Amino acid sequence: MAAMFSQNPLMNGPNYSFNDAPRTAAPEGARQHRFDPYTDNGGSTLAIAGADFTIMAGDTRLTSGYSINSRYHPKLFKIGGTTADQKDATIVLSVVGFAADGEALKERLDAICKMYRYRHGKPMSVKACAQRLSTILYQKRFFPYYVYAILGGLDEEGKGAVYSYDPVGSYEREQCRAGGAAASLIMPFLDNQVNFKNQYEPGSGVGHALQERERKPLTRSEGEVLVKDAFDGAVERHIEVGDGLQMMVITKDGIEEVLLPLKKD
Amino acid sequence: MPGFDFSNYNRNAALHARGVPLPKATSTGTTIVGCIYDGGVVIAADTRATSGPIVADKNCEKLHFIAPNIWCAGAGTAADTEFTTALISSQLELHSLSTGRKPRVVTCMTMLKQHLFRYQGHIGAYLVVAGVDPTGTHLFTVHAHGSTDKLPYVTMGSGSLAAMSVFETQWKPQLNKEEAMKLCSQAIEAGIWNDLGSGSNVDLAVITPEKTTLHRGFVKPNERTQKLKSYKFKRGTTAVLNEKVIKKEEMGNYISVVELAEETPASGDKMEVDT
Repeated sequence: MAAMFSQNPLMNGPNYSFNDAPRTAAPEGARQHRFDPYTDNGGSTLAIAGADFTIMAGDTRLTSGYSINSRYHPKLFKIGGTTADQKDATIVLSVVGFAADGEALKERLDAICKMYRYRHGKPMSVKACAQRLSTILYQKRFFPYYVYAILGGLDEEGKGAVYSYDPVGSYEREQCRAGGAAASLIMPFLDNQVNFKNQYEPGSGVGHALQERERKPLTRSEGEVLVKDAFDGAVERHIEVGDGLQMMVITKDGIEEVLLPLKKD
Repeated sequence: MPGFDFSNYNRNAALHARGVPLPKATSTGTTIVGCIYDGGVVIAADTRATSGPIVADKNCEKLHFIAPNIWCAGAGTAADTEFTTALISSQLELHSLSTGRKPRVVTCMTMLKQHLFRYQGHIGAYLVVAGVDPTGTHLFTVHAHGSTDKLPYVTMGSGSLAAMSVFETQWKPQLNKEEAMKLCSQAIEAGIWNDLGSGSNVDLAVITPEKTTLHRGFVKPNERTQKLKSYKFKRGTTAVLNEKVIKKEEMGNYISVVELAEETPASGDKMEVDT
């Protein structure tokens, strides 16, 4: 019996499905110095691209552990306007994860967009801004900005554009994306309701011949309803999501901002 | 005492040493409080149960029955509070039967602490014990390691600091029943709003020498917001890859069927479902 559970069990072929390298304990008296520069500040974000608009959304709760640090801390930022109040901005950045890094990332990207405008005499396109954001994130490959960023705007044809990122700069243009704490709760809902995944045309065939429900672009009000319902659902089941819902809708006429209440428990 | 089953201990220790994480227990990251008043004692709890950052139960019961005149509010590992209070409740009933006396709160508290101390904190039950017995009104807290306190007002759980801040600013000696109920409910609400481990509703129990009154859902400040859209799918939306119909008459080929005389209604609260 003792041999079975010793530190070096007999390994006759496959035994355990996990890494079986023995964990070596630190030598006696050794003390490991730790540096923990990151905090997870919770919260969730969401973006949906439409035919001629983009909806960006995020809750406004800022947490650490079981505490609420703020009930109104925006996760959505207008990027690349000419003034401090970003009146004429056309791009929105949402950041979730470590709030301090999010703030720093926003400042970096905004400064870069402003410099681009002064140098070239025109605002940065979302496509260019998206590529630049990826570069900024990858530059800190080994000390990353601990954030899940989503960039939203209108592309050169005026269509809604959503770009989503991982913390080290891998990015992709998508129809919709949820980020942050409740991403795993919201994303399946979006797949089903925006891209009609797992939905079939009733009576269109038998078994595998069944036709998938055809995708059709969302209207702006349909999108806004989905966003509100998605967050109301997330609030019910995720403790780090709540207090307020900040929503920005980007159209050719500019950016409209809406603030809605969410449950505060 | 019927004990725990340790037969998987060696296997699990070996797995754990190799980096397999422990299974996550449902913890009631909780706010629970208790407060003595002139003529009885009030205990209250929130109704959120969590598993990590996910809400496992939006309306769970954290007020446990021990004896008709003794109730217990539980925080910590859900299963531990549930089973520990049930075990002590059972033992206290037998004790009361053999002595022919009404159970006492100190007896209950002592049994709880001795049970918990024996398990050196591995049974993660954090309890507020309250009751009225022939010796008077009593209120205790019992920690998982076995330490106890006897105080006029107590709080426990992750929302204990939020709740205690209410007691420390509002509490006064010689409260009446309504004042004590309001104070306890406000203390729980402080936890509901300010502690992420607590949420949903306030449950409250008032214990007097005459009777115990349980107020399930004493305050419900977190009713679910109405969905803006109907998410009903058209019939036939979900793909059916193959189909097999078993007639009722043929069911005996697959399972054994026993007809019940009368359908008994399921006990407990009805689950919240979409319409």
